[in-house]
Amino acid sequence: MLDSLLEVQNLRTSFFTGKGEIRAVDGVSFSLIAGKTLGVVGESGCGKSVMSLSLMRLLPDQAVIRGHLFYRKNDLLKLSPTQMRRIRGREIGMIFQDPMAALNPVFTIGDQIGEAILVHEKVSSRVLRGRILEILHQVGIASPEKRMHDYPHQLSGGMRQRVMIAMALAPEPKILIADEPTTALDVTIQAQILDLLKYLQTQRHLALLFITHDIAMVSELADEVLVMYTGRVVEQGLTREVFGNPKMPYTQSLLKSVAFLHEQAWEFPRPKLEVIEGSVPDLLALPKGCHFQERCVHCMLRCQQQEPVLRALSATHRIACWKDC
Amino acid sequence: MPLVRLENIQKSFEMKKSFFSKSKQVEVLSAITLQIQPGETLGLVGESGCGKSTLGKLMIRLIEPTSGRIFFKGQDVSHLSSRLLRPLRKQMQMIFQAPGASLNPHMNVEALMCEPLNIHQPEASIEEKKEKISHLLSLCGLRSEILSRYPHQCSGGQKQRICIARALAVHPEFLVCDEPVSALDVSIQAQIINLMRSLQDTLGLTYLFISHNLRLVQYFSTRVVVMYLGRIVEQASVQQLYQNPRHPYTRALFAAMPSLSQRKKYLPLGEPASIFDLPSGCHFHPRCPMAQSRCQVEAPLLRKDSSGSEVACHYA
Repeated sequence: MLDSLLEVQNLRTSFFTGKGEIRAVDGVSFSLIAGKTLGVVGESGCGKSVMSLSLMRLLPDQAVIRGHLFYRKNDLLKLSPTQMRRIRGREIGMIFQDPMAALNPVFTIGDQIGEAILVHEKVSSRVLRGRILEILHQVGIASPEKRMHDYPHQLSGGMRQRVMIAMALAPEPKILIADEPTTALDVTIQAQILDLLKYLQTQRHLALLFITHDIAMVSELADEVLVMYTGRVVEQGLTREVFGNPKMPYTQSLLKSVAFLHEQAWEFPRPKLEVIEGSVPDLLALPKGCHFQERCVHCMLRCQQQEPVLRALSATHRIACWKDC
Repeated sequence: MPLVRLENIQKSFEMKKSFFSKSKQVEVLSAITLQIQPGETLGLVGESGCGKSTLGKLMIRLIEPTSGRIFFKGQDVSHLSSRLLRPLRKQMQMIFQAPGASLNPHMNVEALMCEPLNIHQPEASIEEKKEKISHLLSLCGLRSEILSRYPHQCSGGQKQRICIARALAVHPEFLVCDEPVSALDVSIQAQIINLMRSLQDTLGLTYLFISHNLRLVQYFSTRVVVMYLGRIVEQASVQQLYQNPRHPYTRALFAAMPSLSQRKKYLPLGEPASIFDLPSGCHFHPRCPMAQSRCQVEAPLLRKDSSGSEVACHYA
């Protein structure tokens, strides 16, 4: 039996606005397993980030979160704010896209990492210093004794993201949520941060939830993949199943639109890139039936009438599509 | 004759490292020499802060070089006054990264589209302008309903199409595209890239394509320039560069690209130096796996080889 740390069952997050209910996340289920990586891909506005914030219960009060989040048999959604605070950071850590916005500019990075530890445990200042130095060393920051007295603005983008990772991992969480952790970084630094995450994951046996819009990055890093569209899961499975043999037309088109770029092809003039025509529908005016119907080349009558539900193709691979059903 | 020719361009800005320190001259571009032939797409790659955007703005004279000369169609434009530049502006336009930021939120699409026409063709009648606009919209794959909308009512892809249509309104020959798709989703990126390609075919445009997405550059460019901290380190045809990268920095860039198929061969590199504190000799030597003592003292010059590609490295 695999060691499942977090069981997400039918997670639904809605925002109630003047114009009606927006279902930002609608019926997402998955489990996070120690030592494994789950990759979440999708375009902007598909609910990736709202989903990760729902897991941490970091959304404002007008967001209504339903479903179950079982962490060691406790439903996180039923915990009081005080109980949740003990989970947040201590058990589930999170890193964000823009490290400069997530770090406090008026405290040194040593102070901020120390704070992350002190929130959860009482330790002497000597032990604390030792732990800060150790974690900075682990995330690959040279001369941590000097660096811990630096302020965020004195560091480069890559270093700041390393500090963010250090902060998230300092209280030794079991789960790490990484929401587009490398989007703001240059490609060589991106590769360094990915390698660091992989290394730390093996070291600490972390369950990693990796959210990105970069398909290539997910295919490199993730064991399992979740493809999201308008707040719903449209395809879910092992990385080699989903990317090697995609079944849902949206995943197929997404892969096709980047596939040519990944070939070392030298025909001139260049063939046209495959595109997905149209754009993502407005969450307030979703079509009846399948949400992808307007952009789908396989659209049938049934797709316009009935919304597809996730169905299993194999023990691990699931899609929400009426095609070949 | 090349459309754009840069000769030994150098650009410095007066900058302060921090609020309290004295300002000093910071060299952001040094000894840039390159040519763009009509009809080609020159890709420009490099990490953030290496001077890509500054170079793009110099080429269409949005900023003035500190030294060196810029030729546009053989005419020296390096220090032309803005009055003399105005007729030339019609021939060179720019598309920016964030389409939302380059459209005035108080103007609807019709007003936005009229603006370049009012400036550059004030003699045209309203009917002529309207006809022109509807032609431009259809060229860029937009429907005429969009004219009454404001930028916030358009999607990211639509906004970028409007920016392209605006740039095309004055019949430019040369377009500087500074990260034109990096703010867009993957599925929309492909749409815009296809649009830019078909416009190039129908209108005979010449592009400078600035991007950090090496795969898009490979697809879109005919020739590629790689920059590192204000200098050109390699310049070659796209096929030569991607099949046989020679500069260690170019190789590092390629090794770091995430890939759908093969695993990357990771090269251990530190972080780029700050432009306030440039390394001596070759700027890349602190991160270079091949660096020798010579690299710390002597900056390598761009050498041209028989195949026409250029590389600035003592050992490549």
